[in-house]
Amino acid sequence: MSIKSLDPRITRENLPEEPDSKPLENIHHWQTYEVFHQTKKGDRHIHVGSLHAPNQEMAVILAKEQYSRRDKCVNLWVVKTADIFSSGYENEDIFETTPEKTYREAGGYKVMDKINKFKKERKQQSN
Amino acid sequence: MYGGGYIFEETKNGSPENEDSRKLEIFEARIAAGEKIEPTDWMPAEYRKQLIRMIEQHAHSEIIGALPEGTWITRAPGFRRKLALMAKVQDEVGHAQLLYSAAETLGKTREDMINDLITGKSKYSNVFNYPAVTWADTAIIAWLIDAGAIINQVANSKGSYGPYCRALERICVEESFHLKYGHDNVVFLATGTPKQREMVQDALNRWWPPIMHFFGPSDKISVHTETLMRWKVKMASNDDMRQKFLDMYVPKIWELGLTIPDPLLKKNEETGQWEYTEPDWQEFKRVINGDGPCNKERLAVRRRAEEKGEWVRLALLRSEEKYTVPLS
Repeated sequence: MSIKSLDPRITRENLPEEPDSKPLENIHHWQTYEVFHQTKKGDRHIHVGSLHAPNQEMAVILAKEQYSRRDKCVNLWVVKTADIFSSGYENEDIFETTPEKTYREAGGYKVMDKINKFKKERKQQSN
Repeated sequence: MYGGGYIFEETKNGSPENEDSRKLEIFEARIAAGEKIEPTDWMPAEYRKQLIRMIEQHAHSEIIGALPEGTWITRAPGFRRKLALMAKVQDEVGHAQLLYSAAETLGKTREDMINDLITGKSKYSNVFNYPAVTWADTAIIAWLIDAGAIINQVANSKGSYGPYCRALERICVEESFHLKYGHDNVVFLATGTPKQREMVQDALNRWWPPIMHFFGPSDKISVHTETLMRWKVKMASNDDMRQKFLDMYVPKIWELGLTIPDPLLKKNEETGQWEYTEPDWQEFKRVINGDGPCNKERLAVRRRAEEKGEWVRLALLRSEEKYTVPLS
């Protein structure tokens, strides 16, 4: 006896009524790739996720299905996950340098108070 | 879409007392501060185990959830609805892939997960063991099951595990199309001919019990569930999610003049809580353990798909072997 389904395509498959409980054999592990997409020419590519693929070309094809089936996309990059070298969160302290870095930020330089004070004094002197 | 409630089993030796107390303290402080845990970070064995189980079941629910609706693609009423249903089913399979990837970061391969699905070792959402009898069933599924899924997934997306949260953010955006599409289909039928109204009412009657099962039985509050809540693995109680669903969707069902097949269903204005007939948890248990109307079919279809795809996977793996002109 085979499975009778509401879906005629499934009924035609003649699936056994008692399910097979054997695990699958010959499982092939594909590599994982990281996917970067670009939504508009001139924009930077942004990491969107990963996927499994047997090679780079297939990774691009599958990335198109997985990551650009809805939003606008003009270009995709794929990189083998194994080829990405990460700084690692355990070394997060390498990013700690001086406790404050306002000396290298535009906002760290405020001169208007001095200029206004200077102008005011000059005006008083000339009066 | 996804299968709602949290059902956690306590694992052997899963107690955090066996963990390095200093590392555990840092881990818990990070979660309390709202930081995300990333795959290479230290984490308690129990955290890893419960997350794999939860994300894996979520992935299986997406891939199996594509089947009841997929049944109706070839018979969708009209070209636009056919396109929309194909897009929705493709999204669900895409969600499964995103979730398998998230679970994989915790150390279980996608192939092992698929094997555990088709041998019946891993579970998926119970609702997909019921058939979509008519086109109206697909409308009810797309609207109300996806609505339930969104409530659960929005809660989970604020959890502590980075890869899962990122996958869920992407998924939730796509689910919002599913929900609108489903609502549009239900409204179309409910405001249509008497025959169409009857169809959608019948589908609602069939799907109401599975919808009430969707978020799972009331949680038992134990030390274990409290730990999972502190670790932001479990983000809401099953009853709270069910109440939220009823609050948001019962009025929307009623405004279409449809009847919900539960005479006891009403909102208690004093407590602000919905009262309803207790779902049949014996039936829930029976179906989740394999004895539902479609369990065997779902697994058999999945297994056949894996078997039929094998030659494609093999051919692709060997695609680097190039044709060579004979030497002589």
